[in-house]
Amino acid sequence: MNRQRLRINGEIKNVDVPDEVPLLWVLRDVLGLNGTKFGCGIAQCGACTVHLDGRAVRSCQLRVGSIGDRAVTTIEAIGQSEVGAAVQRAWLDVEVVQCGYCQPGQIMSAAALLQSTPRPDDSDIDAAMAGNICRCGTYVRIREAIKHVAAQLKAPS
Amino acid sequence: MTAGSPRGALLPRRTLLKSASLGGLMFAFHLPTLAADGPAQGREEAEEPTAAFAPNAFIRIDRSGMITLAMPQVEMGQGVYTSIAMLLAEELDADFSRVVLEHAPPNNGLYANPILGIQITGNSCSIRAFWRPLRRAGSAARAALVQAAAARWNADEAECRTSDGVVTHAPTGRRIGYGELVGAAAALPASGQFVLKDVAQFRLIGQNVRRLDSPEKVNGKAVYGIDVVLPGMKFATVAQSPVLGGRVRRLDESAALSVPGVRKVVVLNDVVAVVGDYWWAAKRGLDTLTIEWDDGPNGNASSPQMWEELRLASRKDGVVAKARGDVRKGLSTGEHFEAAYELPLLAHTPMEPVNCTVHLQADKCRVWLGTQVMEQVHHAVAELLGSRPEKVEVYNHLLGGGFGRRLEVDMALVAVRVAQQLDGMPLKVIWSREEDVRHDIFRPMYRDVVEASLSNGRIDSFKYKVCGSAVIARRLPSQYKNGIDRDAVDSAVDMPYDIPNLQVEFVRSEPTAVRTGFWRGVGANNNVFAIECFIDELARKVGMDPIVFRRGMLAKTPRLLGVLDLVAVRSGWGEPLPKRVGRGVCVQPSFGSFIATVIEAEVDEHGEVDVRRVHTVVDTGIAVHPDQVVAQMQGGLIFGLTAALYGEITVAKGRIAQSNFHDYRMMRIDQTPRIDVHLVSSAEPPGGIGETGTTASAPALRNAIFAATGIALRSLPLDRKLLAGGRTA
Repeated sequence: MNRQRLRINGEIKNVDVPDEVPLLWVLRDVLGLNGTKFGCGIAQCGACTVHLDGRAVRSCQLRVGSIGDRAVTTIEAIGQSEVGAAVQRAWLDVEVVQCGYCQPGQIMSAAALLQSTPRPDDSDIDAAMAGNICRCGTYVRIREAIKHVAAQLKAPS
Repeated sequence: MTAGSPRGALLPRRTLLKSASLGGLMFAFHLPTLAADGPAQGREEAEEPTAAFAPNAFIRIDRSGMITLAMPQVEMGQGVYTSIAMLLAEELDADFSRVVLEHAPPNNGLYANPILGIQITGNSCSIRAFWRPLRRAGSAARAALVQAAAARWNADEAECRTSDGVVTHAPTGRRIGYGELVGAAAALPASGQFVLKDVAQFRLIGQNVRRLDSPEKVNGKAVYGIDVVLPGMKFATVAQSPVLGGRVRRLDESAALSVPGVRKVVVLNDVVAVVGDYWWAAKRGLDTLTIEWDDGPNGNASSPQMWEELRLASRKDGVVAKARGDVRKGLSTGEHFEAAYELPLLAHTPMEPVNCTVHLQADKCRVWLGTQVMEQVHHAVAELLGSRPEKVEVYNHLLGGGFGRRLEVDMALVAVRVAQQLDGMPLKVIWSREEDVRHDIFRPMYRDVVEASLSNGRIDSFKYKVCGSAVIARRLPSQYKNGIDRDAVDSAVDMPYDIPNLQVEFVRSEPTAVRTGFWRGVGANNNVFAIECFIDELARKVGMDPIVFRRGMLAKTPRLLGVLDLVAVRSGWGEPLPKRVGRGVCVQPSFGSFIATVIEAEVDEHGEVDVRRVHTVVDTGIAVHPDQVVAQMQGGLIFGLTAALYGEITVAKGRIAQSNFHDYRMMRIDQTPRIDVHLVSSAEPPGGIGETGTTASAPALRNAIFAATGIALRSLPLDRKLLAGGRTA
């Protein structure tokens, strides 16, 4: 066991787990942050997406010992950023959600995209979101919601 | 109400308040993330009778006017928690901002689906089944509240109006909230009287209110079965025999036990489980084990052999499920055509992998999961333990996708068997995605043989033989009669086309080495595919446009004719297209809805298929929540397209060859076309919707490919090699 010092959602968390444990399972089973989901375990579905210093990463593949000082943000805290809150609102306004299980990952991928590319075109959306599977097939509305956010963010309020 | 109704005493009830505006009104929604309380009647019996008004198992109104609705159908994405709440609230004239939802506990007596006879969510029939019963429940509760108000005012009930949780006495303008009436209403003898509203009086039904479950699903607070947390809980993952019917011969536990965080290895006859402090430790532990399996009788099973068995079975005559006219005679006259269509085994792969949490104690077993079959889980666990049903408590949760996978109880039985070895330790068992795929209970493989004769551009005789599993015989045996799986022939028996001589047959043929079960679209998937593909081939034989050919046989099904005509217009049917691009159509009367779909697709020289555009027109009767009907169509179409493009489970040496999303592919956003869904306005009772998109897309896509290339594919998934080879038909 190693003492891991992690910055998660703005708080320092110390956990005793080996370096190689993926962040996903530290979040879920050690810290009780169950919003981040397990879907495949091999970075094929994106359900486990979190932000590492603002970039979307698959937490099922991220060894906890490799994180260091970098800031981890999960679905539980993404609403604290302007873009994250806008994405969550758009998801509700467009009524994207069906079963909802993949949506934390979808929202984290979308928030990272919009943070770096505030006015994404369809190919930007494809590139950023194709790693996130939705078995319910909400893709049409995910695209619409991302465009919805882009329109809101560029409009002066 | 059973005495042992589940209460989530271990877990704090968490509610969330979110506001959203609709038509100027403010709606605040509360969604309990756990079934913290028993249903209405249980509460009423347990507490003083005037603390709440609970006239039935679905509704409980407390003194503050808060209305708790117990959900008899489970939420797996289809929006049913919202639409069912709307049915109750509509007739109750409830204030929809003061509605709280509860997962119903297992209880067939209170919560059975009236169409299916047990507490089950499936077959696209939640709204169809509960359309009248829940409105009656709401209306009867409203009538009692009105009676109580009228008695208090010494007024005529006929002069009282209700809206937004308030009774108003029209002549005097006096008003009283439902909460203030609960004591008096509860004391009234139940009259059971109700008067259902006319369509024109609906205030909620037909409105696109916000989904009640969405707010918690976008902020990470929603609790699925996989998210259940118990104090002191351990985590486990399992390896079941890779060959169905096999068993563990030997293994060395020491490697797993040396993995940090691993607590225990459990070896059962056909299952090995590793228990750890967190799931990944258990998974690492399991991966380190070298398990020697005795494969048993299925060790040499293979897909080619299974197909051979099915093809052989399909040569037999089937049991006749429907007969009209004289097919034998009809087929012997005129021009005769025959084709066979084959569909593969499919996995469900809901995004939430199969899981179940168990706390097995000396006198009690508690089970937490998301399931489509609450009462079956309850009974199966009690049976496994040899205990009385009241010793078993089952708590349902939101489902991270169902699609039929959660119509099975295997995940609960495996988890309880492992828990039996753990001396009362609470345990969450999560299957890896690989285990979820390889040990799925698959959509059956089907081979359908279709014959027809034509005269004057119309079908004179049509013989349709469905060959495959009888899932009904295993899952709902009381409904398996005379050798006919009524689900497997459902949309064949309901053949929409006016054909003088028609015969539908069923040949039961269970595959070796795999278990088969319900999969989104159930029997209709197979029926609609075979029928609509064959109809297109027949149209080509007589040189007719596929829509014109269908129109000629739909005069007796005006609702289907209506959606077909509309989809032709909306899709630009007949307008010129580039080379290698085609449009295909599918019509279906499945699940009580009438739907026509046109897909436009392009086939490149390598046989790759690009789905360019989808148009679908839906007559589902009254759409309780129109936007969610659209959502179900969009998602269902993509579910069906995924299967058509990629879906196939194969068997080699008795083992499932696929394991995860890299080799069991899903459609992704970059492949998703524009999907236009148009709802036809209707005052007919609601039809089913959840599975209809799935049944529509594969035949429409296949027919688009037929139009684009002339190649008549007769199996799925799409055969790219054949499509790359050029024209064959």
